[in-house]
Amino acid sequence: MPTDARATEGSPALSRRALLTGTAGALGGAVLAGLPGVLDGQETAPARPIVPDDATKLQGAATSPLGERSPFVTASRAPYGETVGSSYTPLQDLTGVVTPSDLHFERHHAGIPALDPERHTLTIHGLVERPLTFSVDDLKRFPQTVRTYFIECSGNGRAAYREPKPEMTAQKVSGMLSTSEWTGVPLATLFREVGAKPEAKWFLAEGGDACLMTRSVPMAKAWDDAMVVWAQNGEPLRPAQGYPIRLLLPGWEGNINVKWLRRLELGAAPWMTRWETAKYTDPRPDHTADMFTFAQQAKSIITSPSQPGRIASQGWHAVHGLAWTGRGRITKVEVSVDGGRRWHEAELLGEVRPKAPVRFQHMWEWRGEAATLLSRATDETGEVQPTRTALIERRGIGTDYHFNQIVGWQVARDGAVTFHGET
Amino acid sequence: MRHRFSLLLLTSLTACRGGDGAASTADAGTRYGIGRPADAQLVARLDTDIDPSGTALPAGHGTAAEGAVLYAAQCAMCHGAEGLGMPPAFPRLLGRGPKAEDFNFASDHKLPKTIGNYWPYATTLFDYIRRAMPLTAPGSLTDDQVYALTAYLLAADGVIPKETTLDAAALAAVKMPYTDRFIWSAEAGGQDRD
Ligand code: HEC
Repeated sequence: MPTDARATEGSPALSRRALLTGTAGALGGAVLAGLPGVLDGQETAPARPIVPDDATKLQGAATSPLGERSPFVTASRAPYGETVGSSYTPLQDLTGVVTPSDLHFERHHAGIPALDPERHTLTIHGLVERPLTFSVDDLKRFPQTVRTYFIECSGNGRAAYREPKPEMTAQKVSGMLSTSEWTGVPLATLFREVGAKPEAKWFLAEGGDACLMTRSVPMAKAWDDAMVVWAQNGEPLRPAQGYPIRLLLPGWEGNINVKWLRRLELGAAPWMTRWETAKYTDPRPDHTADMFTFAQQAKSIITSPSQPGRIASQGWHAVHGLAWTGRGRITKVEVSVDGGRRWHEAELLGEVRPKAPVRFQHMWEWRGEAATLLSRATDETGEVQPTRTALIERRGIGTDYHFNQIVGWQVARDGAVTFHGET
Repeated sequence: MRHRFSLLLLTSLTACRGGDGAASTADAGTRYGIGRPADAQLVARLDTDIDPSGTALPAGHGTAAEGAVLYAAQCAMCHGAEGLGMPPAFPRLLGRGPKAEDFNFASDHKLPKTIGNYWPYATTLFDYIRRAMPLTAPGSLTDDQVYALTAYLLAADGVIPKETTLDAAALAAVKMPYTDRFIWSAEAGGQDRD
């Protein structure tokens, strides 16, 4: 197993000098972390935080109103674009299933609106008996539901599908996937409250951002598992995730989980908004395009080992990653260490929940050989992740969304890990 | 208006949330009496969406010639004088190159999707421009201006004659070239092709 460099083994010379000059003892760890990693004209690259040689010999940092990550943890999102843009979750830096809220991926079409929760309301109208307006506090009076679900942008994996490159990271390949424990009210409860009419077959969800994001949703989803949520991982939604309220349609493509939700209109037919016609439609090789392709399909990615990274030592390693499907539960994940010749059933860690990722692991003894690590998920509908070649044959290289091809990592003899996308 | 606050009903309502689905329709009619009647003026102000039937289109009208002037002044700086955009930040809007006709997008991802060669409904264009454009001043256009810009973009891509005046009836009647290429998924009541 690779031995993690212990924090105190980071830069002994640096910390010794800091301690000798008497500066370190008076300062907390967080402050020390801010010091530049430069000493005696020698640059340490990359700069490591300075910590005492022996943390048991002096008081640590004080309590504080807001917690911080260890200065040794540098996980951050990778942003692309600005107000019309996205930022990707650093999957390679995370474990378990839940994504820390500040690392949840973002995708915005008009930036993140600043909304006052006391002024924000949700209005439900159209084919209903009683059009109603709810304050955010009103919504919290209804019986609530707490569920863990992923949200994945349907464009997740596009770059790796179109043009896989060795330098791609797990973040780049699949980082528009994030998972939270969500708290909210079932949409069905709200639709009963307003008295949805039987003629209502679809509803329109509208956000309160500067593009007034709109998507049409079949009513069946409301009666199934849709929610209006106000909390994420035990605290109010992050602004980037829809504060104060968003629509949550478990397992369905990210865009339709309308953030900053302000209006729901019930109607007989879809509205054909820009985001379900010009965008979020999937061209097919027979000169057509699929529309309303809502559910995310069975998918997986090994996040450790992965690029950027290197296997430091031979011997046993836990190869682990995430598997998920928007069509229910994952039933099986297989791992191959020889490019797909033989597959081994991986262990699924913890409870397998519908429309939530599960972490899988496979113990692998690396003896210094070149290897190709792949993972392949199967879900309860029987869908098995296809190879990239099979997916291109079925949908064409130019299809725009819902990329669930098998991906993995090449391990070189020196332990260097690079992306392997041509499956 | 019926209000049923039977403890039994509330209990069964909460209990049914234990399963996979967040709720069921079995207790339709149960109400908590939370929320206030939606103000009709508020609804009218928020409800600007236009579906393909065009029944919700507002009064007003505009011509492609008027739209060309507006486009040059308010849109061209991002989408280009010819509507070719500046990808990836600013999307291309226009163009009907022969390679991209007949919906060849699956075989070549470099083919640009434009209003004329891809968009299935003309009402979408009106709805989207009115709600979201121009990027730096969304909601600032009058309905006449939105009709004019819609007319300009549709005429530039050869969907309607250049001299057409668009109003509610004319826009609702516009047929886009490739509407029939879009296939609804099983989840929307169509077919599952995977
Ligand atoms: C400041 C730059 C800017 C200006 C000015 C601007 N747009 Fe846009 N426009 C954008 C961006 C960025 C997008 C993409 C938004 C997204 O992806 O959600 C866009 C998207 C669009 C689209 C949808 C394109 C597609 O393929 O889905 C249309 C149509 C459009 N704009 C029309 C207009 C019109 C008409 C005007 C002038 C009234 C205008 N825009 C002015 C930046 C601009």
